[in-house]
Amino acid sequence: MEKILFLAHTDANGHLPKIAFETLSAALEIQKGLAGSTLTVGLVGENVQPAADSIAACGASKILGVSGADFGTSRYATDVKALEAIGVASGATIIIAPATSRFSKALPGSAFRLKATIDTHVSGIQFTDGVLQVQRWYYRQRMLATLTRAARPWILAVDSGVFPIWQGAKGAAKVEAIAAAVTDKEKRTKVTGVEAPSADAQTIRPEAAVLLVAGAGWTKKQTDGQIHAKEAEKHILDFLKYAKASLGSSKSLVDQGSEGEAVLSFMSHLNQVGQTGSTPRHPKGLSTCCHGEEPHVVGWRFINERRAINTDANCGWAQGKADVLYVADAFAVMAKVNELLAKG
Amino acid sequence: MTTAFHIVVCGSLVPDPLQTLEPIQGPTGPALKNEMMLPSVLDPWAGHSLFEASHLAKQNPGSKVTLISLGPKAKLQQLMMIIAQKVPFELVCLDGSASGFMDSREVAAALAGAIEKIPGLDKTKLLVFGGCSSASRDAGTTMQMIAEQLGISDVFLGADELKIQPDGSFRILERIEGGQYLVSTCAGAPAMIGWATGNLPEPPNNPQVGMTNMRTIMPALQKATPAALKTDAIRFASVELPKQQRQTRIVKDTPVEEIAKEIVTWIKG
Repeated sequence: MEKILFLAHTDANGHLPKIAFETLSAALEIQKGLAGSTLTVGLVGENVQPAADSIAACGASKILGVSGADFGTSRYATDVKALEAIGVASGATIIIAPATSRFSKALPGSAFRLKATIDTHVSGIQFTDGVLQVQRWYYRQRMLATLTRAARPWILAVDSGVFPIWQGAKGAAKVEAIAAAVTDKEKRTKVTGVEAPSADAQTIRPEAAVLLVAGAGWTKKQTDGQIHAKEAEKHILDFLKYAKASLGSSKSLVDQGSEGEAVLSFMSHLNQVGQTGSTPRHPKGLSTCCHGEEPHVVGWRFINERRAINTDANCGWAQGKADVLYVADAFAVMAKVNELLAKG
Repeated sequence: MTTAFHIVVCGSLVPDPLQTLEPIQGPTGPALKNEMMLPSVLDPWAGHSLFEASHLAKQNPGSKVTLISLGPKAKLQQLMMIIAQKVPFELVCLDGSASGFMDSREVAAALAGAIEKIPGLDKTKLLVFGGCSSASRDAGTTMQMIAEQLGISDVFLGADELKIQPDGSFRILERIEGGQYLVSTCAGAPAMIGWATGNLPEPPNNPQVGMTNMRTIMPALQKATPAALKTDAIRFASVELPKQQRQTRIVKDTPVEEIAKEIVTWIKG
């Protein structure tokens, strides 16, 4: 019989992030798949009661909480301490948690202290002969492994967009407070704030329905023999505005800045998708002026519907990876697309 | 006030991203087809951390950089030929598998053990750098486990910027959700920083740096300690390439207006 622990932390508003509700669905699926197993919830945050209330109807046998001002923000030392305390108190054999930036940092440390094994970027679960198996990608989304572990505790960090969002009624949850005494040494790091791009410069939108992937072709010489970087910027930003899209970029485009070539002013390494960038999840993706494996294969592994605009009909990276390949000049097409989107 | 650091960078090799990879079943678990023949590069995020380490050492006189690499000795030697000309460092080499299918706990234990054995290591000056995750296992767990084993409680992941303040404390930017940065300050060393891309370009090759590095690299390779990594922690049921191949519809010789309308309809659909 497995003791399943679902872990989550509150966000800046004291609520659970969306990925936590997705991971709760995964935890319930595991509980259902492993007969006789129990589910405990563990919450970390400055005040976990509202978060506990929001999942009161999930069917957990108990809800454990580490709370207080020291646990309000993402700090490794205090988060590891909190997770360790909940892990010990729950006696969990399988621990499942959302792969937020906060938990991605702290979970491995807690795994070490709990003498647990850990698998991150879990993108699927299945049961074979009553044994839990998880799926995760290796070599930056190039091969998919299905694996299991005999050792316990086993920590699983689940990626976003994999499981459905848990839906259930709010209620008045009873939270059992777990003590996690924090020393001065554990407070050497102080979180002073969050730097967010201004609303106009916000080009990364994880919740967007569409991902626009911009390739290096935007800053290359066009048919008139000139570079039109400013025009490219306008087309891309207009599209992001009208389609409420998120922006990804090929590595080559981002790297151009440090190589002294024409650049798009709003583009940074944070936009990069692929081997050394992110692999975002969006329902739709449109790649423009891209050539290469990173944007088409690795960068949009988790994009459901994919289309590409490219002047090369034989682009081997788009063929077989995109649903539709438009052989056309992206400058002309995107100008027209934006015109149509602006009309509403 | 300047502070001298001992920056230990954990980084090893991964297959060149342009290579086609194919999984096979090896004697001890999954492996890559022709793994020993595949051209390798320094793991990209670990590479960024090495460049950041060098930059920081240059700004803080008296600092030194040690690169600690776990991988097959022969392949590490090839890798060092590529990176030795980039920045000054001393090498500590562990001879073992650099496969992404190894368990990070095993890798972390081997690396932390090797760090502990660095002669004259002063933990009060220690900064452990590495990539926020590797391009092979991509777990993002090894660095934190190293920190735990070394007793380091100030850990940062996905860092793009580290600034040393006049009082010796750090200001660190870590990537978080939505293209934002978490801003933190830390009282000082020891600390572990798992880097994202940082802000530095790849340094140009410098033959003089290469010659100086090679004087210590070759003996380090000869002295490489075998890393006994267990391979029984993970039971792989399968490792396979994604099968999905899309039937791409090619639209060409079509007016721009028509293409634009189709795209807009699709976006709104």
